[in-house]
Amino acid sequence: MKILLMLSVVPDTTSKINFTDNDTRFDKTGIQFVINPHDEFGLTKAMQIKEKTGAELHVVHVGVQANESVIRKTLAIGADKAFRIDTDPQDSFYTAVQLAEFLKDKDYDLIIAGRESIDYNGGMVPGMVAAMTGMRFINAVIGLELNGTEAMVDREIEGGKETLQTTLPLIIGGQKGLVKEEELRIPNMRGIMMARKKPLEVLSPVDAPVVTEYLKFEKPPAKSAVKLVDKDNLDELIDLLHNEAKVI
Amino acid sequence: MSILIFAEHQNGKPNKTAKELASYAKALAEKTGGEVIALGFGLTSPEDLYAYGVNKVLNVDDQRFTTFNAKAYAEAFKQAAAQNGIKIILTGQTADGMYFTPLLAGMLKAAYVTQVISLPEQNDPFIIKRKAFSNKAIAHVALKTDIKILNIAKNSFGLQENPVEGVTETFKPEVADEVFEEIKSVKVEKATGKVPLSDAEIIVSAGRGLKGPENWGMIEELAEVLGAATACSKPVADMGWRPHSEHVGQTGKQVAPNLYIAIGISGAIQHLAGVNSSKNILVINIDPEAPFFKAADYGVVGDAFEVVPKLIEKLKEFKSAH
Ligand SMILES: Cc1cc2nc3c(=O)[nH]c(=O)nc-3n(C[C@H](O)[C@H](O)[C@H](O)COP(=O)(O)OP(=O)(O)OC[C@H]3O[C@@H](n4cnc5c(N)ncnc54)[C@H](O)[C@@H]3O)c2cc1C
Ligand SMILES: Nc1ncnc2c1ncn2[C@@H]1O[C@H](COP(=O)(O)O)[C@@H](O)[C@H]1O
Repeated sequence: MKILLMLSVVPDTTSKINFTDNDTRFDKTGIQFVINPHDEFGLTKAMQIKEKTGAELHVVHVGVQANESVIRKTLAIGADKAFRIDTDPQDSFYTAVQLAEFLKDKDYDLIIAGRESIDYNGGMVPGMVAAMTGMRFINAVIGLELNGTEAMVDREIEGGKETLQTTLPLIIGGQKGLVKEEELRIPNMRGIMMARKKPLEVLSPVDAPVVTEYLKFEKPPAKSAVKLVDKDNLDELIDLLHNEAKVI
Repeated sequence: MSILIFAEHQNGKPNKTAKELASYAKALAEKTGGEVIALGFGLTSPEDLYAYGVNKVLNVDDQRFTTFNAKAYAEAFKQAAAQNGIKIILTGQTADGMYFTPLLAGMLKAAYVTQVISLPEQNDPFIIKRKAFSNKAIAHVALKTDIKILNIAKNSFGLQENPVEGVTETFKPEVADEVFEEIKSVKVEKATGKVPLSDAEIIVSAGRGLKGPENWGMIEELAEVLGAATACSKPVADMGWRPHSEHVGQTGKQVAPNLYIAIGISGAIQHLAGVNSSKNILVINIDPEAPFFKAADYGVVGDAFEVVPKLIEKLKEFKSAH
């Protein structure tokens, strides 16, 4: 069995977000980049399947060389081989085209992606790749059980979950719930040493149209100061919620 | 240039998301010209949508579509778009909407933008605003293909009644049986009798400040009095005090209700990322320095175990008087 993790590299969740070049570009100065949290759940799930079935685990990332330290982290956690498609992707469609092209001559049984990247919050790449390759796709996955090529997959729905039955090959958009929080893997010293010797192949991008263009960024309008209400005067709070906010 | 929207429903009735999409589409159609067309799967009261400006409802009457199937739905949208000269497709920020729309975008090779919070500033080029960086920024994005697909952020546009004379037609997408066989739904588990988080006008959310799962009785009672949904912070779900489906934040659900009440939640940046597009935020926290107060509209500094029961009493009085 062969598994592929589609890796998105994003600013750490505590990052202050700023823009540069007249607010047209995200300012990477001082930002620490990490594995996209949703992909982190996927990586651990992939490792669990690998350990159970002896599967081979590859990682692919579309992005710049600076992200290689994050790719190495996935190798340190236990992936066998990584690919980086050497480009600075401008939109999701462009990224999806690169990944679909990469998949053309491959035969992965299971492709694990994340529900969304926490930077641009697109939630688009895995579904687009599925459409471009014709592969089966399930999104917002919170549970995955494999039995040979049979897969039972739980996806999150409004107010609950739905169990779906399908067969490999399959692409999933995973998220929290895929594995337990305490199961999440972090690299250890031995893994980090081994990762240095694992292959990280750099591939050239293919031409693809950029169909959406980010023109400008702004910060959301600042909140006005909080109105504090004394805990012994909750009538005032109810009055504010009723007459001012008009929410009750 | 007509606009096609996804008309999701609950028990056959168009839901709030469908009505919000209709409202958005109507406002957009007034700028771009053309009609608003809704595509629904087994709607029993499609006419509810006329009130929000939908001129035509395409209602799929085919048992195979009763249970959501992403690829089949994407296929149906593709066909409906082609047959009606559609240039703009709108879907909602729901589990099903977020699932099938990227498939549709991939099939149509169309520009697709999620988290949309505004009408286009102009039509040519077609530029909209969207949330990005987990609510820490707003981006202006141009869509550059002939067909454009927008996924509208929840509660960002609101409902606007705008009655028109509508018609409903039966629509028969041609989708092979094999498509439905590829991925099959075998079980659905849903919390019943509760307000779903996704459509809630008010959300009562609690964090580690509540000390233990046994103390959630008052949270549920407050939610019940307000007709609200319940939510929680990440550690609360991680420790198993509450189900994972209630976890909101950057790695949980993104919510944007009219009122978000945060009780015993510190207001970590990752939590705020999932809730700060709420229209109003009320924070109840024992610590006046809790960061959440900076993101709040209303605040009460106090012990939740004292404030919440009192608030429930006051609200009950208020409700019976109104
Ligand atoms: C990658 C990553 C992703 C994350 N994603 C999320 C996410 O999606 N959602 C999320 O919520 N968190 C997320 N977190 C965790 C986040 O950083 C915080 O740890 C978490 O939100 C804190 O939860 P809390 O506010 O319930 O608990 P605490 O931070 O422990 O806060 C408890 C609060 O309760 C108050 N309190 C205590 N006693 C009382 C009382 N009697 N009455 C009233 N108030 C009281 C305290 O003053 C305090 O403010 C993430 C973290 C990381 C690293
Ligand atoms: N540049 C990228 N390289 C590889 N995979 C990506 C990339 N961007 C997004 N993905 C995958 O697609 C998922 C959803 O990302 P997005 O559509 O950008 O929100 C991520 O969790 C990754 O699994």
